Amino acid sequence: MNSSTPGRISALLLRYFFLLRSSWPRVLEIAYWPTVQMIIWGFTSLHFSHSSPELTTGGILISAVLIWDSLFRSHISYTLSFLEEMWSRNLANLFVSPLRSWELILSLAVVSMIRTLIGMIPAALLAIPFFGISVFDLGLPLLGFFLNLVFTGWAISQAVTGILLRYGLGAESLTWMLPFLLAPFSCIYYPLETLPAWMQWIAQYLSTTYVFEGMRALIVRGEWLPELMWKAFLFNAIYFILGLCVFCVAFRSARRRGLLLQSGE
Amino acid sequence: MIQSDPILQVEGLTKRFQTKLAVDSLTFSLPRGSIVGLLGGNGAGKTTTLSMLLGLLEPTAGKIQLFGNNFVRNRHSVLHRMNFCSPYVDLPQRLTVMENLRVFARLYGVRDSATTITKLVEDFRLGELKDQPIRRLSSGQKTRVSLAKALINSPEFLLLDEPTASLSPDVSKWIRQQLADYRDRTGSTILFASHDMREVELLCDQVMMMRQGKLIEQGSPMELTKSHGRSSLEEVFLALNEKGGAL
Repeated sequence: MNSSTPGRISALLLRYFFLLRSSWPRVLEIAYWPTVQMIIWGFTSLHFSHSSPELTTGGILISAVLIWDSLFRSHISYTLSFLEEMWSRNLANLFVSPLRSWELILSLAVVSMIRTLIGMIPAALLAIPFFGISVFDLGLPLLGFFLNLVFTGWAISQAVTGILLRYGLGAESLTWMLPFLLAPFSCIYYPLETLPAWMQWIAQYLSTTYVFEGMRALIVRGEWLPELMWKAFLFNAIYFILGLCVFCVAFRSARRRGLLLQSGE
Repeated sequence: MIQSDPILQVEGLTKRFQTKLAVDSLTFSLPRGSIVGLLGGNGAGKTTTLSMLLGLLEPTAGKIQLFGNNFVRNRHSVLHRMNFCSPYVDLPQRLTVMENLRVFARLYGVRDSATTITKLVEDFRLGELKDQPIRRLSSGQKTRVSLAKALINSPEFLLLDEPTASLSPDVSKWIRQQLADYRDRTGSTILFASHDMREVELLCDQVMMMRQGKLIEQGSPMELTKSHGRSSLEEVFLALNEKGGAL
């Protein structure tokens, strides 16, 4: 009797499916926050469209909100699935099973992608009848923006889950804090030159800056700048590897210190 | 039933947490098909030892040879042949009994999982509970589900950390019987950490006593009681306690 990688990954996917099925408010919540955000920023955008139309050209505010949310949702979905294991004191059951760490990471990423799509698609679709704005008009680059931010979300999640393994649930608040640390530097709602020089220096090393600069160029000037997309992918590859390293080092440290059996509330 | 070839060979197993020596140079082996009790007081090193044997804790030094494999270096080659149950670890609380068993059956790659689960549900009298979420179960019921999970892959090596802690005597007795039946039926090896001397005496073929991270006594319950001139393991335990400080 021995399980295969697809079998073990499907076991975890089944576990998260059962979890979602057991609580309809959880399913509702996945789509609730992106939709509420979209509505609030939609009306804000509508208001500015009269006084400062340059701020809202082509639905840029709503597009920025939705695209940024894909980073936040992917990160939260990944990390919350991991936290579920800690809250229910189930991690040791997983780590003594044949499941390998990379299979756990892959499962969490798949669950995160599914949950992000469940959250983002209704919000993006509702923006069309509500405000006449469709992010899908961005075409293929939208997929690039979306994937880039999802990868950034996973890179942060890997570091956060590593820290949670090592420091326990006391570090839970990092889950919510870390993505927002990136937000001011990411130039979500304003161009890079708005930032002071020292912040611009930091921003140039963030994949998110290139995503939002690329998005603005496309929406405001109708200009598609693939080099920005590739830079974003390159930085994400580096972050992903760094995140993975943090997770591996933290896992090793947790294993050395005997924290895997005790993780939980 | 007990065979001479060891399923597990431990040599010089040591775990140090900064300045504290939690497990000090343990050397022992477990014969295939045996039920071995690991006894000791609080902080004796039982759970630390089990954690190392499960791969949850990295030893500071020593060798663990399990099923002929170097477990410290390559635990993934044998993890599918073992399982465990501990009151320190729960199953996902929101999932029902059946959902949990289905997830773990898949995780361990159990062939014909439906038949295996049906049998476990029957053996552990979980029929009426199978659609209940774990969080609604009593501690005795949770232990039964955890044991069913621990047997889902028909492990050849089963590690149990105080599986009957906080259970009523009748449930404890029933669980002991299930474990003995499982060993008799499959020839599996069971390592059983416990505080309960009476339970160990009733269930185990061999006993290992630990104190302050060291293995201080080893033998069958009868041998130990005889060699110490006592009538029960509990008396042996208390005598050793008096002689050497806290166990």
